[in-house]
Amino acid sequence: MGYKEDGVISIDDLKLPNEEQLKKGVAIVECLENIPCNPCVEACPFGAITMRDLNDTPKVNYDKCTGCKRCIAVCPGLAIFVVKLEGEDALISLPYEFLPVPKKGDVVFALDREGKVRGNAKVEEVRKVGKTHIITIRTKKEDAMVVRNIRVVK
Amino acid sequence: MRIRDHPILEFKRGKKIHFYFNGKKLYGYEGESISASIVANGIHVLSRSLRYKNPRGFFCGIGKCSSCLMNVDGIPNVRTCITPLKEGMEVRTQEGYADLPSVSFRGRKKKKIETDVLVIGAGPAGLTSAIEAAKQGVRVLLVDENPRIGGQLVKQTHKFFGSKEEFAGKRGIEIAEILGRKVQEDENIDVLLQTTAFGYYENGKDNFHLFGLVKRVDGEEEVYKVECKSAIFACGAMENMLVFPGNDLPGIYGAGGVQTLMNVYGILPGKKVLMVGSGNVGLIVSYQLLQAGAEVVCIVEAMPRIGGYHVHAAKVRRCGVPILTSHTIVEAKGKERVESAVIGRIDEKWNVIKGSEREIECDTICLAVGLSPSIKLIAQTGAEVRFIPEAGGYVALHNKFMETTKKGIFVAGDASGVEEASIAIVEGKIAGFSAAKFSLGERVEEKDIEKHLRRLNELRAGPFGERGRKAKEKILAMMERRRWDIRRTV
Ligand SMILES: Cc1cc2nc3c(=O)[nH]c(=O)nc-3n(C[C@H](O)[C@H](O)[C@H](O)COP(=O)(O)OP(=O)(O)OC[C@H]3O[C@@H](n4cnc5c(N)ncnc54)[C@H](O)[C@@H]3O)c2cc1C
Ligand code: SF4
Ligand code: SF4
Ligand code: FES
Repeated sequence: MGYKEDGVISIDDLKLPNEEQLKKGVAIVECLENIPCNPCVEACPFGAITMRDLNDTPKVNYDKCTGCKRCIAVCPGLAIFVVKLEGEDALISLPYEFLPVPKKGDVVFALDREGKVRGNAKVEEVRKVGKTHIITIRTKKEDAMVVRNIRVVK
Repeated sequence: MRIRDHPILEFKRGKKIHFYFNGKKLYGYEGESISASIVANGIHVLSRSLRYKNPRGFFCGIGKCSSCLMNVDGIPNVRTCITPLKEGMEVRTQEGYADLPSVSFRGRKKKKIETDVLVIGAGPAGLTSAIEAAKQGVRVLLVDENPRIGGQLVKQTHKFFGSKEEFAGKRGIEIAEILGRKVQEDENIDVLLQTTAFGYYENGKDNFHLFGLVKRVDGEEEVYKVECKSAIFACGAMENMLVFPGNDLPGIYGAGGVQTLMNVYGILPGKKVLMVGSGNVGLIVSYQLLQAGAEVVCIVEAMPRIGGYHVHAAKVRRCGVPILTSHTIVEAKGKERVESAVIGRIDEKWNVIKGSEREIECDTICLAVGLSPSIKLIAQTGAEVRFIPEAGGYVALHNKFMETTKKGIFVAGDASGVEEASIAIVEGKIAGFSAAKFSLGERVEEKDIEKHLRRLNELRAGPFGERGRKAKEKILAMMERRRWDIRRTV
């Protein structure tokens, strides 16, 4: 089943960065369709995201990308995540627009693209940009390309 | 149920006031509509159908469906979803036909307004129309039925797509504020809210159009006669209904009705919601329901593929909401309100596959099955309307300048074919410019609006823009053919 049938992409749909680039921390842009949208291109101070025209899909130059997270909160599709590998851990920064907002140090559920719980994750950083929060969590390295959401443990 | 905390919105509720519902004392807040307050009190039956006395509830929330008609302070058939709640009001459900009012209708004043350009509808299309027309130095009157400026935008808590020129990355509510402020600061623009344009009239003068407007203020109605040189219909679209047994039960809402309750008034329609339709509207409203604290049990989609953008689908999927493609709602069950729904898988011929039906528990069903352009009033002007499936239904034929077949009558936005706010913004600019020039008696040429036309092409270039592109191609081709037909008959 493809993402047009069930709404869930597979890793094979993405062009992934290499290990070196992931250690530095880069933006993973999960936006695969030709939709008329480009705020991510405009937001990147390093010119790392490019598009041929408004309807093109965004392409990330992983060498130029510094993992600064600036693109995360401007994306109306909430489709951008910054992933950074640190030893056996992965730091995942994701957009979050729900209540309650977790605090640094909290333990939250880490969810995959279907909303299934993959395990626990520790909140490393909480940034607020407008009304969107950018939450950075620490999970296992093997979940770097699996975890895409959190749920606050009540 | 009132929403207390929301991740995006702050609800500034007015003064707490009381009112009577069938004699029972209830509380609401100033600024709420009557039926929103009633729903917030956990009451879902607002009226009874005429023939079978079936219960009816809040459905559209914008005064279009008539399922919320009630008797208010002795006056029957009041659309309670767009009538503000007042201290001490007596609201009663009507059974069957309404009686003649026991109180006499208040005297109505009639006023006359003269203006250059009348803009009907203050959504994105109407707002940019007004701004662009005013730039040409003409007087503009902008009217909208709703108490707030912004049309659909006031309910959109999510960030919009598009490009910087169309405010991409900003939330709909923010775009409404930005454009609303511009309009209110512009000396050439007068704004009348809670004002419905209800009729088009002959006035015997060639270069003028005559419209009837009614403004509702504190239960009083003022009638205006508006004489204008040109008019722009930016009146948006209406939601489609779906046919299935039980589809009139209270608890079944149009997606726009849910949005109005939840994002404008901060009232949650229910706890467990079934969403029907996976276009962008269905996906976005599902996400907004989750944000407001409801559970979305699942989204059913009759087509084999998800209709909206994948990025919107991904947002709800990663919160655990399943999207079932090739599925439809078979039946809604419940006595006085929705208690469950039967859904089933369908085959290529849209027949429900036997044995695939299952019943799911829910208290709310939200229909997001498309919109149709609002054209009743445009049709009254004599502008030619045609059925264009890609535009969402009947639309007024129009040329590149957004002028209809009736001289001086223009259209823009969803009323000219259902598309996106970004498109509505650009079409509004074209219509505003053309209508202003028309009222000045000046010619417009294609080069004047070239940059907007290019922008429209860009916005419609992708696969999701194809429907809109086809609709406009058909409309332009019909206009062209019509011109030739007229020449031949002359
Ligand atoms: C859930 C949802 C999500 C959306 N998301 C996006 C998005 O991300 N990006 C995007 O570009 N678009 C989006 N859209 C589409 C966008 O909102 C519409 O295309 C756009 O609002 C159309 O603008 P409009 O000005 O033509 O009409 P509207 O915004 O519908 O405004 C029409 C106005 O006219 C008024 N009116 C109608 N008749 C009369 C009358 N007789 N007298 C007085 N006033 C009248 C109405 O009250 C209304 O306020 C979304 C729509 C929905 C429902
Ligand atoms: S993370 Fe920063 S550098 Fe990388 S693409 Fe986003 S904005 Fe550009
Ligand atoms: S801003 Fe987000 S949705 Fe828009 S093109 Fe970029 S990644 Fe895609
Ligand atoms: S007219 Fe009031 S809910 Fe539709």
